Amino acid sequence: MSVEFQFNANNFSPTSAELDATTLYDFLIVGGGPAGLNAALYAKRKGLETGIITRQIGGQVLNTSSVDNYLGTKSSTGEQLVEDFRSHVNSLDVPVLEYVDVEAILPNSAKNQHTVLLTDGQQFNARTLLLATGTNHRKLGVEGEERLAGRGVAYCAICDAPLYKNKNVIIAGGGNSAVEAALDLAKVANHVTIVHRSQFRADKIIIDELYQNEKIDIHLETQILSIEGDEVFSHVHALDKKKNETIDILADGVFIEIGNIPNSQLFIDLVDLNDIGEVIVDEKGQTSVDGIYSAGDVTTVSYKQIIIATSDGAKTALAANDYITIQKAKERTNQYENVK
Amino acid sequence: MKMLNNELENQFKEVFTQLTDNVTIALFTDSGSCSSCEETKEFMEELVPLSEKLNLVHYTLEENDDLAKRFNVTMVPSIVLLDKDLNYKGVKFNGIPAGHEINAFIPALLEVSGTTSDLPEDLTKVIESFDKPVNIKVFVTLACPHCSGAVQKAHKLALMNENIDAEMIEAQTFMEISNKFNVSGVPKIVINDQYELVGNQPIQAFIDEMQKIS
Repeated sequence: MSVEFQFNANNFSPTSAELDATTLYDFLIVGGGPAGLNAALYAKRKGLETGIITRQIGGQVLNTSSVDNYLGTKSSTGEQLVEDFRSHVNSLDVPVLEYVDVEAILPNSAKNQHTVLLTDGQQFNARTLLLATGTNHRKLGVEGEERLAGRGVAYCAICDAPLYKNKNVIIAGGGNSAVEAALDLAKVANHVTIVHRSQFRADKIIIDELYQNEKIDIHLETQILSIEGDEVFSHVHALDKKKNETIDILADGVFIEIGNIPNSQLFIDLVDLNDIGEVIVDEKGQTSVDGIYSAGDVTTVSYKQIIIATSDGAKTALAANDYITIQKAKERTNQYENVK
Repeated sequence: MKMLNNELENQFKEVFTQLTDNVTIALFTDSGSCSSCEETKEFMEELVPLSEKLNLVHYTLEENDDLAKRFNVTMVPSIVLLDKDLNYKGVKFNGIPAGHEINAFIPALLEVSGTTSDLPEDLTKVIESFDKPVNIKVFVTLACPHCSGAVQKAHKLALMNENIDAEMIEAQTFMEISNKFNVSGVPKIVINDQYELVGNQPIQAFIDEMQKIS
């Protein structure tokens, strides 16, 4: 047995600053994925008092086993990329509050002071906010899925693959994440069946790999109707749309990899969302509320990619900087007027 | 061949400068067919010399039955962390804390040494109010980047209240108990063998489940 260590030394950096409840931040970021981290980098370099509040640094990228399309990085793991991002942000002493959840955001554009309230009772204030909460796994929404979650129904291939050594698994989905999960699981599992309701929409380069893998069976045009099992998962019940007949596919587990939904539930009454729950932003990442910005996968910006989220983060930090500069100038003018 | 390379050793040494008081790592193995006991022992033997505040004691289930009972150790390898006065603080790792679990093990050493981070006052009061025995099992795989966060939170709860006992269980090493609790997705958190959570949940979610204990 070879023993490896994925040590995140950056978590222990003694210089990392702490978020302070008495500070009025210029730019407070909710979310620690690529958009939030890059926004922090740009904001701090502009001289903004910046902080990050997040459930976990890295976000969805942590669930990505390999990243081969981030310019300048020919081949990396999602986790390594996150470590590189974190290390870069840490070098600028941006305070990060990790492993916390936001309870509510209380906007106050008139006062230029928005409040972020956490579920543990802490609260922080800022002139501008960035909502960069990313996305979460989309569920199939079929009978049996909720009941058997964690009992054979899984959502994180990178986490759970070791539990399926020499077992049979099903992957639901046809995008990049599904195809990558199938390829990853084929390395340890006995057999992998990929089931998708239409045609593949993953990158050609990995679809080719999929077809070459003898351990993987492919069922396209096949819709999962229900997930079955008593105490634990036993099979999926599906409709083969080409033959118009139902089939049962037996396995030890099923991984749901059908894309993501925006983490915007907290923002329903805060900013305008589109009909699928994405935060509506303009070309500078400004939401419907003055001084509240949004970036990355949670927004209406097309194509959910790491490099797009990072660049979005940069853009909103620059926009927030412009906004704050104008606001501070106005405040100074008002003070001057009052003195007169 | 050494398990820890120079880079890791240096990173650990740097982090260990933050240790406050001494910590004793009590490692339990057995003489039988334990699959990862030898690796765990080697790992601990390489780790402990990196700080003078770390001590290692090695027990076997056969010869140290009384201690195993005291620390509620039933599987091997198992690591129990003891504070400067050799008190058990409810912090346990079943299986080698390698892979991503190193990110739960190193913070646990710091916390048991007294290098703690404070939680908000209201939350602390709620955690300290549990007066019935609570056992938190966190099932993990070494490949899971989210699991160490869940383990850290469980251990934090244990350190804050002596009625709470928290243990990491490496699911692949301990298949039998993992199957018993139908672990097919990690992190899976099982409280008093009855209440379940899946995923790296916030500390409040742990508390919500703990409050169901009658």
